[in-house]
Amino acid sequence: MPPTERERFERTVLPHLRAAYNLARWLTRNGQDAEDVVQEAYLRAMRFFAGFRGGDGKAWLLTIVRNTTYDAWKRAGPAGLTVGLDEDTPEVEDDALGPEDLLLQEASRQALMEALEALPVELREALVLRELEGLSYKEMAEVSQIPIGTVMSRLARGRKRLRRCLEERSRGGTA
Amino acid sequence: MSCGAQAELLEAYLDGELDLVRSMEMERHLSECETCSVSLRRHRALRSALGGASLYFEAPKDLEKRVGAELDKAMKASSAGPVFPWRWVALAASLPSMAILAWALLTTARTASDTELLNREIVSAHVRSLMADHLTDVPSSDQHTVKPWFNGKLDFSPEVRDLAGEGYPLVGGRLDYLGGRGVAALVYERRKHAINVFVWPEPSGKATFEGEASRRGYTVIRWRRSGMAYGAVSDLNLAELRELQR
Repeated sequence: MPPTERERFERTVLPHLRAAYNLARWLTRNGQDAEDVVQEAYLRAMRFFAGFRGGDGKAWLLTIVRNTTYDAWKRAGPAGLTVGLDEDTPEVEDDALGPEDLLLQEASRQALMEALEALPVELREALVLRELEGLSYKEMAEVSQIPIGTVMSRLARGRKRLRRCLEERSRGGTA
Repeated sequence: MSCGAQAELLEAYLDGELDLVRSMEMERHLSECETCSVSLRRHRALRSALGGASLYFEAPKDLEKRVGAELDKAMKASSAGPVFPWRWVALAASLPSMAILAWALLTTARTASDTELLNREIVSAHVRSLMADHLTDVPSSDQHTVKPWFNGKLDFSPEVRDLAGEGYPLVGGRLDYLGGRGVAALVYERRKHAINVFVWPEPSGKATFEGEASRRGYTVIRWRRSGMAYGAVSDLNLAELRELQR
């Protein structure tokens, strides 16, 4: 990579290290694994930078972070991929519940953290990209390499599950 | 109350992904539909809980530095080849050859053969010709000018060939003195590098060194052909000098 390219790389890709780590940390659910993923992702990013046609460096980098994570799981074999995909899980009915606001006010950071971590990886991924990284549907589709319709359905399922998980927790907690 | 397609778009509305027309439709629907506006409130509550709970994992402070160092390392490796390990391999590989070279130098020095002496003289003559700005006595690229020039100056007539076609243009000829006798020096050029080819008669019975040697950055090759001994010297590499020999 020539020095001018390296400069462009440092300007467009390096500033997204924070987002890269956050996504890796949520996907791997482990600090050390997340650091390893980020390191490898940046090496890959540098190798493939010539193929980056400009535009948003963040979505581009997060795509690489995501792929690096999934590749690491694949390398680790079936044991590494403890994350069964969840596309076929039947939808839970969004039954009428009590006042949500109250429920969520009570939800501590710890509870939210655990509820989000407990989600299947592709739902967790969707929620992190949307709620924490603020990516658009289009960017999410690019990062996760899925159609926008799937982005929407994953977000909907993720939110539903998260809410259900928090409800069950708060019921169990108060009981 | 059935909300039909609107319910599916509720989250897209929440996420700000609807275009203006559909957003306005959604807002009109929300004002009429209690179910959807409750649903929207719940979504908003979840979102603010997620946003307010500082679920963002901050990268360790030194991670950026470590990533930068990794990138530097990878860049160096890709630009200069895998520098670090190979340099050591090369050095390790060169150790035996250095030993052999040292041994060869020692043995040749000990015997101090005529060959070695003459090679040394050849290199000295070459260096002298360049230092004194006295490369040629007869500057000419024409072999038919150079060859007759030696008549009457030497007791033999060297073969003079212009090798411009092979990339070794003849520059001229000169008289020189090697091993106690006058010799013909033919000067060629190769990409601005001067080449001296010394020629002298050598009786076929006499054992003559044929091969190559290298001294002080100069390469010497020697061969014989039709009763003549040749010694070519230059700072060119061996392969290029060998080309000239053919």
